[in-house]
Amino acid sequence: MRRRTLLYGGFTAVVAGTTAAALANGASTAGGSEARSTLTLIAPAATGGGWDGFARESQQVLREESIVNNVQVVNIPGAGGTIGLSQFIRSPGNPSSLLVTGGVMVGAIALGEGEATFDDVVPIARLADDYAAIVVPADSELETLDDLLEAWTDDPGGTSISGGSLGSIDHLLSGRLAQVIGIDPEDLNYVAYSGGGEALNSLLSHTTTIGVSGYNEVADQVEAGTLRAIAISAEERLPGVDVPTFVELGTDVAMSNWRGVVAAPGITDEVRDQFVDIVTEMRDSDAWAETLQRNDWTDSFLTGDEFADYIRDEAEQAAEIVEDLGL
Amino acid sequence: MIDQLALLMGGFAAALTPYNLLFVLIGAVLGTAVGVLPGLGSSMAVALLLPITFALDPTAAFIMFAGVYFGGLFGDSTAAILLNTPGQSSAIASTFEGHRMARHGRAAVALATAAIGAFIGGLISTTVVVFFSPFLVTMATSFGPAEYFALAVFAFLAISSVVSESMTRGLAALMLGVALALVGIDGPSGTERFSFGIPELFDGFDIVVVTVGLLALGEVLHVASRIHRDPESLKIDPGGVARISRADFRKALPAWLRGAAFGTPFGMIPAGGAEVPTFLAYGTEKRLADRQDDPEFGRTGSIKGLAAPEAAANATAGTALGTLLALGLPTSATAAILLAAFQQYGMQPGPLLFQRSGDLVWTLLASLFIGLIALLALNIFLAPIWARLLYIPQHYLYAGITILAMLGVYAISSSYFDLYVLIALGAFGYLMRRFGMPMAPLLIGVILGPLAETELRRALAVSEGDPSILVSSPITIIVYIVLAGIVILSAVQHVRHRRADRRAAAVAG
Repeated sequence: MRRRTLLYGGFTAVVAGTTAAALANGASTAGGSEARSTLTLIAPAATGGGWDGFARESQQVLREESIVNNVQVVNIPGAGGTIGLSQFIRSPGNPSSLLVTGGVMVGAIALGEGEATFDDVVPIARLADDYAAIVVPADSELETLDDLLEAWTDDPGGTSISGGSLGSIDHLLSGRLAQVIGIDPEDLNYVAYSGGGEALNSLLSHTTTIGVSGYNEVADQVEAGTLRAIAISAEERLPGVDVPTFVELGTDVAMSNWRGVVAAPGITDEVRDQFVDIVTEMRDSDAWAETLQRNDWTDSFLTGDEFADYIRDEAEQAAEIVEDLGL
Repeated sequence: MIDQLALLMGGFAAALTPYNLLFVLIGAVLGTAVGVLPGLGSSMAVALLLPITFALDPTAAFIMFAGVYFGGLFGDSTAAILLNTPGQSSAIASTFEGHRMARHGRAAVALATAAIGAFIGGLISTTVVVFFSPFLVTMATSFGPAEYFALAVFAFLAISSVVSESMTRGLAALMLGVALALVGIDGPSGTERFSFGIPELFDGFDIVVVTVGLLALGEVLHVASRIHRDPESLKIDPGGVARISRADFRKALPAWLRGAAFGTPFGMIPAGGAEVPTFLAYGTEKRLADRQDDPEFGRTGSIKGLAAPEAAANATAGTALGTLLALGLPTSATAAILLAAFQQYGMQPGPLLFQRSGDLVWTLLASLFIGLIALLALNIFLAPIWARLLYIPQHYLYAGITILAMLGVYAISSSYFDLYVLIALGAFGYLMRRFGMPMAPLLIGVILGPLAETELRRALAVSEGDPSILVSSPITIIVYIVLAGIVILSAVQHVRHRRADRRAAAVAG
């Protein structure tokens, strides 16, 4: 009899454990409570994804600096973040949830994944940028951007480019470059990989000619001499990074992989101001400076209407590139 | 060699303190726990632990992560064996023979076999990482799409033996699996396939939802449908003895080693995943069992058929971590979070890692060994306790499985939609059982189908449609030659068997 009780106890404990875990994961909106006491950051990606990392870094700073009492991260993965977006706008006026977003979502929306767009949410702030770089294997004969663009123009089909999934900044940057140098974007031989790591490997194995990848992901390979960075997509040369920008080299292309947060539609102005205050406080903290440095993110803080304008421009540009790419 | 050994000893010296051992225990318990529960994987555990580790010193954090990383793979076979519900996709191949063993009163032995298998696999591959990590880099970077495709073809054919009971049913199940895997947005072209405009289907079916639905929920429905017809045949005898007898150990040892031999090279390949080597290991054991007329395999549960895939899964994880360290390429969600964790401590995996932060790396590698030992002890101790789960009367047990399955799936992405998919797949799994369709080929199709397709298309995209790229490297040619050899061999064997059968029939007649 005792044995049985023990068993039931064990089993109940397991079930209870899962329930707790699932609830902790599933609890999205506490409702009613102010964002200062409880804030939910929705990462529209799976654990381990880029937005997930960003959300958890933010969570850490908000907690550490006691900006918000209780911060939780909820993952709603899928379709370039658009699943998270469409679920997020289903709770209008939500005063205690922020959706993590960024350049990838712009691309996914432009590709027509999901029906929700950035018009459905209230932009709060852009917090960090990082940039994509064009890289080639160290033993490639392409030494400079001019070499590369020439080889590419001569044989667009034979110059395969590897990068992240369709709609990612890697893809959009390739499309934009093609537009600028006059290659029909439909001729682009872009080989999509699900992550920067895999794309990088395709370059190291000499599968593709050119790679487009987040600079941070390839920085070490460049330093170790296995890859050569040709150009980076930042507007201006980055401090401590010895890679020229496209603009510097005379090709007018700049694009950033930004990360930021947006709030649910229909929130009051007070709630919006509160959110802006919270992220501003976070951004001004020492812990955040450290976070930026550790992740090699560039501070690109932008709030309110300017941020809203920025998103609108980004969305227009992405839509145009995607159309040119024939997708 | 000696250098590496000395450095590793230094790592052990740094890692082995009572304080650190506490963390290895926490990591091992947590890792095993999330591994046991379907839907919760090591990636979730590491992600949740990440904030806590900010307050720890690097050694304590690494040692905890080592426990979690391998712990998931120790734990995932527990529910697979007892409840036919793999905790992660790497344990799918362990359900086939493992659950059979459990049904025939050898649950505790099966659990112990799985734990030892995971230990051996992890031990071998971690040792490989310690001594050959520069070689890992060469290996990883020699794999392009053509090589992946060759491997996928190889895997398809090599595992075809699991479809051998009935060719038609096996092939039908395989195709159903491939069809399930086609749902979602097509990576290379961005086209929606079979998603009916439902956004939740854009990323296809999550492999956890598919396995939990077909295996766990399907099983529950099947049991429920038989409960008044032949209750006796459904009884599971828990069996108390947890000790692996000497005879069992001798049987399992070669299988563990074979499994580790499959898993170790696969971990080096960045996009392989742990499922393919587990299936290959399972397929090999099945082929060997057929040749030796093993009476247990496919009936009462063969210890070999469980030992090999378990060792393979953990061996893959070990070398995958090596690839992560040496190349800086995250090969799984867990690896991606680990990468973030390493960066917290100023350790940037990649080509410069060993020069820049050698001390930390050796501590981490030593931690992996310590983690493995802790996990082995923990899981051997837990095996008889877990096995007692089967004492729970069936109606409670299966109700519990249903709840676990639902919660686990909901935990993946907090979406109701996944639950509907789960129920639909559960019903489908029930029908498959009802009509004697084998599960294994379907799951193989789900995993290998997309791999083969994507890599084939990538290869052809790069070569602008020229198929000769598929046989353009030494690796591809070797793979195809080995493949041809296997096919010819088994054809010859098949003919011989037939002749022997006919002769036997003639004699009997």
